[in-house]
Amino acid sequence: MNKERKMNITEENTWKEMPKGGCILDAGNAEDFRTGDWRSMKPVWLEEKCKQCMLCWPVCPDTAIPVENGKRKDFDFDHCKGCGICVEVCPFKAIDFVEEG
Amino acid sequence: MAIKDKLSGNEAVAIAMRQIDPDVVAAFPITPSTEVPQYFSQFVANGQVHTEFVAVESEHSAMSACIGAEAAGARTMTATSSQGLALMWEMLYIAASLHLPIVMSVINRALSGPINIHNDHSDSMGARDSGWIQLYCEDNQEAYDNLIQAVRIAEHKDVQLPVMVCFDGFITSHAVENIELIEDEKVKAFVGEYKPGYHLLNKDNPIALGPLDMPAFYFEHKRAQAECMQNAKKVIMEVAQEFEKLTGRKYGFFEEYRMDDAEVAVVVLNSTAGTAKTVVNELRDQGIKAGLIKPRVFRPFPFEEIGKALSGLKAVAVMDKAESFSTAGGPLFAEIRSAMFDYAKDTKAINYIYGLGGRDVRADEIKLVYQDLIDIARTGQVKSTFNYLGIRE
Repeated sequence: MNKERKMNITEENTWKEMPKGGCILDAGNAEDFRTGDWRSMKPVWLEEKCKQCMLCWPVCPDTAIPVENGKRKDFDFDHCKGCGICVEVCPFKAIDFVEEG
Repeated sequence: MAIKDKLSGNEAVAIAMRQIDPDVVAAFPITPSTEVPQYFSQFVANGQVHTEFVAVESEHSAMSACIGAEAAGARTMTATSSQGLALMWEMLYIAASLHLPIVMSVINRALSGPINIHNDHSDSMGARDSGWIQLYCEDNQEAYDNLIQAVRIAEHKDVQLPVMVCFDGFITSHAVENIELIEDEKVKAFVGEYKPGYHLLNKDNPIALGPLDMPAFYFEHKRAQAECMQNAKKVIMEVAQEFEKLTGRKYGFFEEYRMDDAEVAVVVLNSTAGTAKTVVNELRDQGIKAGLIKPRVFRPFPFEEIGKALSGLKAVAVMDKAESFSTAGGPLFAEIRSAMFDYAKDTKAINYIYGLGGRDVRADEIKLVYQDLIDIARTGQVKSTFNYLGIRE
């Protein structure tokens, strides 16, 4: 867990303790879970070709492109689903797209 | 001072919606419920309500839009019928499982095929396990009264479940009857301002709804949903008591008509109960101890209450205006007989499926049912448990 959460539902919780209907009380708690483990294609960041233009970062639906000090880092593969949007948007062919091995 | 008027069931329900003034109504026209959104859209056009009216392209979309609106935190209503309800099927379960207190008029009619647009209860009986509370109405007055109460039941913090208010297509939806309306301001005060619990348009408390629910959690969520349905029983009675104070009209889980010393009784939903009451009166005039039970609440099912109400009788006929194809009677019969196993073991029970696809049910046919019960009471013998009424043999 990266953040302090209002509620951390585990398999120990009884039905009386869980929010109705599976409502998630903590926005953005997907980062607590590994959601990228069913990827069939995988983006590969070619750092030497990357101009740090930042066109890839805002289009990622899973915020799986971490940014530090205004520069992108390598992919967060715990959350990348391999959708390939970043590959399409990159003007410098700095992201390769390969089958998940 | 209550307002006396003459209205069809659809008009009455549309007026109740105007008085409730929901935030959102999303609907697709389907006969015979078409008139409800049609009348209501006139109120929208006239500026008599503040409602956002969403005209959608299908009933699946109607329920989806209702889910979106209610999840956002808006008081939401709709109306449908028959195939329309069938097309909503997938989303009915979503609405209930997300605990979204949507209120919907279901104007009962047959499901095709063969293609038929007339009244029976196939549509709402099919949706009985979707997690919606179901209220059934005999006439226009009950349709109006139940719709107003439904808002309070649905939105109660211990319930938070959607409610269907079911009444008979064409028979109740289109027939004009005398009705007593409540003043606008009293309805507004009765339903109160909607204060949603967790909802999406709350920037101070952002949430997510409708996540993937894996085997480790889904079961617990369903158990909690069942608990809310259980809670609804208490809330339905509390709301009914408050409604009685307002209007003098009494509501419960079911209506008991001349049941005090009854030996034989028919259990029947909706408008047919009206026809059956005249038969009960005739039989009573002849000294026959006949009674009638008309369930109002089918979900949650008043298992203990209805079982106890039938104890001490000699014979009961449960009438179903829906075929479940179980080959063991209709849906109402299956549940009532189950309750009788615990609470009315000595009472004989038979089933009549009747009136499918809008087949008229006449008083003389209902008399045949009572005659069957009288014979069972006299001989103690049930010749046939599963029967069809008014079919050409």
